[in-house]
Amino acid sequence: METFAALAHGMAVAVQPMNLLYALIGVFLGTAVGVLPGIGPALTVALLLPVTYKLDPGGSLIMFAGIYYGGMYGGSTTAILINTPGESASMATALEGNKMAKAGRGGPALATSAIGSFVAGTIATIGLAFLAPWLVDFAVRFGPEDYFALMCVAFVTVSATFGDSPIRGLTSLFIGLTLGLIGIDKLTGQARLAFGMPELLDGVEVTTLAVGLFAVGEALYVASRRHHAEEKIEPVRGSLWMTKQDWMRSWKPWLRGTMFGFPIGALPAGGAEIPTFLSYSTEKRLSKHPEEFGKGAIEGVAGPEAANNASAAGTLVPLLTLGLPTSATAAMMLAGFQQYGLNPGPLLFAERPDLVWGLIASLFIANVMLLILNLPLVGLWVRLLAIPQPWLYAGILVFATMGTIAAKPSVVELSMLAAFGVLGFLMRRFDFPIAPVVVGLILGPIAESQLRRALAISLGDPIVLLQSPMSATLLGIALIALVAPFVLKGLGRFRASED
Amino acid sequence: MMPFHARLFGAVVALTLAATAPALSQQLELKIMAPAAPGGGWDQTARAMQQALVAAKIARSVQVTNVAGAGGSIGIAQFVNGAKGDGNQMMVNGFVMVGALAMNKSPVTLEQVTPIARLTEEIQVIVVPANSPLKTAQDLATAVKADIAKVTFAGGSAGGVDHVMAALFAGTIGADAKKINYIPFSGGGESLAAILGGKVTAGISGLSEYEGQIKSGKLRALGVTSEKRIAGIDIPTFKEQGIDLVLANWRSVVAPPGITPEQRKTLSETVEKMVKSDAWKDILKQKGWDDAYLSGDAFADFLKKETTRVTDVLKSVGLVKS
Repeated sequence: METFAALAHGMAVAVQPMNLLYALIGVFLGTAVGVLPGIGPALTVALLLPVTYKLDPGGSLIMFAGIYYGGMYGGSTTAILINTPGESASMATALEGNKMAKAGRGGPALATSAIGSFVAGTIATIGLAFLAPWLVDFAVRFGPEDYFALMCVAFVTVSATFGDSPIRGLTSLFIGLTLGLIGIDKLTGQARLAFGMPELLDGVEVTTLAVGLFAVGEALYVASRRHHAEEKIEPVRGSLWMTKQDWMRSWKPWLRGTMFGFPIGALPAGGAEIPTFLSYSTEKRLSKHPEEFGKGAIEGVAGPEAANNASAAGTLVPLLTLGLPTSATAAMMLAGFQQYGLNPGPLLFAERPDLVWGLIASLFIANVMLLILNLPLVGLWVRLLAIPQPWLYAGILVFATMGTIAAKPSVVELSMLAAFGVLGFLMRRFDFPIAPVVVGLILGPIAESQLRRALAISLGDPIVLLQSPMSATLLGIALIALVAPFVLKGLGRFRASED
Repeated sequence: MMPFHARLFGAVVALTLAATAPALSQQLELKIMAPAAPGGGWDQTARAMQQALVAAKIARSVQVTNVAGAGGSIGIAQFVNGAKGDGNQMMVNGFVMVGALAMNKSPVTLEQVTPIARLTEEIQVIVVPANSPLKTAQDLATAVKADIAKVTFAGGSAGGVDHVMAALFAGTIGADAKKINYIPFSGGGESLAAILGGKVTAGISGLSEYEGQIKSGKLRALGVTSEKRIAGIDIPTFKEQGIDLVLANWRSVVAPPGITPEQRKTLSETVEKMVKSDAWKDILKQKGWDDAYLSGDAFADFLKKETTRVTDVLKSVGLVKS
């Protein structure tokens, strides 16, 4: 009950007109930068820090939280409309969302993503308010071996989910894993596959790869098909809004996505990508319309979008309770706290409850504002698709290039974007799924460092992977997911031969 | 080049800041590069300088640019080549860059830049979880001497200040620094989780990062690397426990190569004025950074000595091949 009283007090702080205004500015800026690839919420907060120095701490932190949530909303808009994920967390959204948009169902796709984000953000914020102390205990006990096991689950589900055959999925995954090897090895500090180019020392930027494969590859593919049959894009077919059936198919993925996103987001090395892909795989498996996946299934938008917003709330758990920033934006928010001489951590809840609970309460408010801000825009956004194809794709290319230069201003980066564009075109042409490449690039290096850390701690004894109950369970799940399809296929053949 | 909107945004920010300064302020327009992504220590230092220089009306405008990558190797290369002879540009750097340049075999070295001043330093600490049997730095030393591989240290990136400190600790107590079991984590967040979760024996980090955990009793500090005990902090130094381990994670600011002595003098005076301003002192207090101002030849000398010391340590642990 103490939590309720504290939250009510926080609400009273958050609804002060000035704080409402800060929240509004925050969500507006956040949505704007989320739409632009390359300019993330972290950079925005960094630029705003010196400006907010003179404001009161509560107000500016509320604004930063608004930017953070807004960024998560905005990233999905470009993913759905023009297949250009604003950040890696909205990549899974692009898979089905863009197909829906092309089939004239961009309206429902944007709506389910906005409402799903709202539902997930709200549930996860409630989780943040009530479960934070307990969850952080769990998160801290998650060791390197457990992370490695979690990555194994992700690898198996992802390569099995995407594409028509596991072999094609695995091929794509390994391209990604190879790209993930480029750069400085985190554990020994030595450069690998950098070929003496300093720009490669930090590895391949995820957004460069994703934008190259998705947006540039797509533009090239469309251009190559122009003289065959022109693909018709209808801006709107059927209802602009979600139908009853859309609602029925969306609410469960929203909830499941939240269940993935919040706890994994709360893990210090969890991130937003793993839950979105786990959610996508789960929805594909559980869907009553698996045949629609790859052609625009609404579940494939609803789940990952919910997961990505829930993970944003999850990130605040270690930040507020331990002072652990687990994402670039969280690190900037930590700097924001420190600017006022506040140190997030176990003592902050006790020392400045008004601030912590004001922030949590304003997250609820930010969520409502984002929904109000985004839903009316749906109609406007889908008009974008009415632009003639050559213009649209030319625009996408400009946009993609601009975003890449924004993230890393260098010729090498641009050349990589072009090379990945060609790779994306070839993969599409020969029917290889492109999402596993990006998954490999993101998760490969994490899996590698965590495995090596686990082994360094255990002095090279691999049994450590099975000693932790969490790790043993996760590895078991991965094994079942890997073997089950083959066993079921075998059983099916067995039964068939009996008939 | 920054993207158009970011530039526009930066301009708006700069304008708002400039508007608060009266017309009498100097006409100095500075550019400070943080050779890292937004959020890290160098970026915060650059932005703190921006804040203090403008608030104290020492400069008319200050623009901060971020060039991330490879522990500052990318940033310094761009700085040395692109800003040559420009007396209005500075770059933030620090301890970690020394090691990063050596490990990445960077063609550009710190000898090429023009040293201006050391600004801040942060004391390092070794911590153990509250339930650890190790109570003092000597306990840890005994454990390391007994079986060095079994003592796992968690800290920041390979070759960074935490890693160098682990190697120095082992070397100082007479163990073989080459055999230390140091586990690098990306950022203090992840390593803190590993320490709190009891996955590793000890953790190494800047004091401010773990101060909250130490005060709340979740971590026990075994020792700090300062020369003398710091007022208000109840942690013994390594030195008073008989281990000669003195080290600080310093941050400094440098100018491009090829600037004239006058330009160097202007920049040095600007930084000196900033360090003495109340605005800067306030920022140091907020961030928990210690003032470590050192300028002129003394700083150039210090930079040279630290480079030798760090490179030697990295060679001893095999991160830099000689």
